[in-house]
Amino acid sequence: MATKIFKHVQTTVVPLPIENIDTDQIIPARFLKATTRDGFGNNLFRDWRFDENDNPKEDFVLNHPTFSGKVLVAGKNFGCGSSREHAAWAISDYGFDAVVSSFFADIFKGNALNNGLLPVQVSDDFLKKIFDAVYADHKAEIEIDLESQTITISSTGEQESFEINPYKKACLINGYDDIDYILSQKGKIEEFELAR
Amino acid sequence: MSEEKKISNHVSLPTGEGRGGATLFDKIWDAHVVSSSEGFPDILYIDTHFIHEVTSPQAFDGLRQRGLPVFRPKQTVATADHNVPTIDQHLPIKEELSRYQVDMLTKNCKEFGVELYGLGHPYQGIVHVIGPELGITRPGGTYVCGDSHTSTHGAFGAIAFGIGTSQVEQVLATQCLLQSRPKRMKIEVNGKLQKGVGAKDIILYIIAQISAAGGTGYAVEYAGDTIRSLSMEGRMTICNMSIEMGARCGLIAPDETTINYVKGREFAPKGEEWDKAVAYWQTLYSDEDAQFDAVLSFKAEDIEPMITYGTNPGMGIGVTQHVPETASFEAKEQGSYKKALDYMGLRDDETLLGKPIDYVFIGSCTNSRIEDLRQVAEFVKGKHKADNVTVWVVPGSKQVQQQAIAEGLDKIFNEAGFPLREPGCSACLGMNEDKIPAGKYCVSTSNRNFEGRQGPNSRTFLASPLTAAASAITGKVTDIREFLAEEVV
Repeated sequence: MATKIFKHVQTTVVPLPIENIDTDQIIPARFLKATTRDGFGNNLFRDWRFDENDNPKEDFVLNHPTFSGKVLVAGKNFGCGSSREHAAWAISDYGFDAVVSSFFADIFKGNALNNGLLPVQVSDDFLKKIFDAVYADHKAEIEIDLESQTITISSTGEQESFEINPYKKACLINGYDDIDYILSQKGKIEEFELAR
Repeated sequence: MSEEKKISNHVSLPTGEGRGGATLFDKIWDAHVVSSSEGFPDILYIDTHFIHEVTSPQAFDGLRQRGLPVFRPKQTVATADHNVPTIDQHLPIKEELSRYQVDMLTKNCKEFGVELYGLGHPYQGIVHVIGPELGITRPGGTYVCGDSHTSTHGAFGAIAFGIGTSQVEQVLATQCLLQSRPKRMKIEVNGKLQKGVGAKDIILYIIAQISAAGGTGYAVEYAGDTIRSLSMEGRMTICNMSIEMGARCGLIAPDETTINYVKGREFAPKGEEWDKAVAYWQTLYSDEDAQFDAVLSFKAEDIEPMITYGTNPGMGIGVTQHVPETASFEAKEQGSYKKALDYMGLRDDETLLGKPIDYVFIGSCTNSRIEDLRQVAEFVKGKHKADNVTVWVVPGSKQVQQQAIAEGLDKIFNEAGFPLREPGCSACLGMNEDKIPAGKYCVSTSNRNFEGRQGPNSRTFLASPLTAAASAITGKVTDIREFLAEEVV
């Protein structure tokens, strides 16, 4: 089965300069009861975004009229905690194509890549530059190109390259699927089982 | 202090080019590689795949869309734990969506031929409690589950880690996982623990030292004589929280303690198979000259009873210490730190000792095993909880519950005002009926103190079962050592 493709994005960004954002913040456990992958975007950052009466909290960035875009930019150790893939589904479902941070938790990174949501790890300095650029001008754009593995702040031209596993890169660009790949090696799996 | 600085205080990096002997982790990994190609992650064979109701429905749907069966249903074990109520389990689940999700698991297991230890089954319980107690988790194996606390199973000298739902589908479809080999870290703890300090304090201490991100990218082997002296329950508590420092997994080399624990359990090998298995397990240790990417050492004597004050498990202190001052952090970290303290209703330099609390939760995959319950029961016998505190004791499994009742622990708990409930994840994650109300403080033996983790706007102090029990008795955050000075526990 084909998975969601990611190649390139040029967009304004949503800044969330908080460190150690765990997946319980991205999508609280009480919203994990759905049995399909759709609709989680409505509850993205639920308890930061809405008060106990479900009214939007004005001071939260997703409710802020100024900031919007297809890339979320967040503080280090993004996606720590629970392995819930619902976190990646929620971010993607809300409309983000990529998340930029100076550090990602392992499981979140894997889940994002499996859903066509690109985790872009940049240096602390570059992360600060993005925050500075977007707070100076909310229309500041960044450009992420997967083929060349680069992220660029459009207004200043400042650029950094980022790392990605070459296999996962090929999957994202071509829409390849892990299960199709492993099943192509089914003979080897059966041989392995017999040899044990 | 930044993570980098914290780690550099403890880490010594290997200098040699070659890796020398093999680490425990590499021995197990290498024995499970089906295929390894340059530029691709390894295809890793999974011995047992544990599933539960929350992270599996979309994976089963994926199989249906692909027209695939479960590749090895006999190597797949299911239970219902996250959504289940912990009272009146014989009645239908009240909350509609929870009930639907649990029913969906039953339907999927039936359709795909997977064994389910569902509600009412004598083996039902928290997935990371039942695997070990049934003898499914064994040394040298590979275990995955759509749950980050799968790292628990590493206590047996196994590779075990949490995966996302796409990967659950992958393992259901192929019994394999595409996975890149992580770096290897060794964490040694040597020396004699203070009275009242246990496995939970050790792991909270380590995470406080290296931060909630300090283990990211690593498989962590715990070693040293303090670790060796722990029971299997204690080792599971340690490995369970490996994920709270970001580690891919945690593991401890098997020894007599491990072998004695596994022996005779329901699904443990028997007869000749057992002897063969034990002979193999005895080869599972890191060679003397094995090279790790990082090595950290801690002294057991330095560890106090621990408690967390913030909103990630790395924000922990000794129970007599003070909450750090905002100014002690780098400028870029101060905003996140202040946000955490505001959420917790705490101030710079405050001490938690003596702070009134509202709830005590003893349970979760970290601390709900029979040993945890025995320890708490022994301590609370003849005492009674404070009036201002609600206490929940939630066994990790039906078997733990039955054992506790057989030993009369339920009576001790009842007399102390610590009602013993029925098994499940309970107040660890604010998903089922057991939630801590907004603004309330809970001393919890679970693993996460994230904002809202135990219910919207709940406030969590993570601690050991003994610290939790002592705090329930006094109604405030308590140093267990004050009790132990007066009596022998």
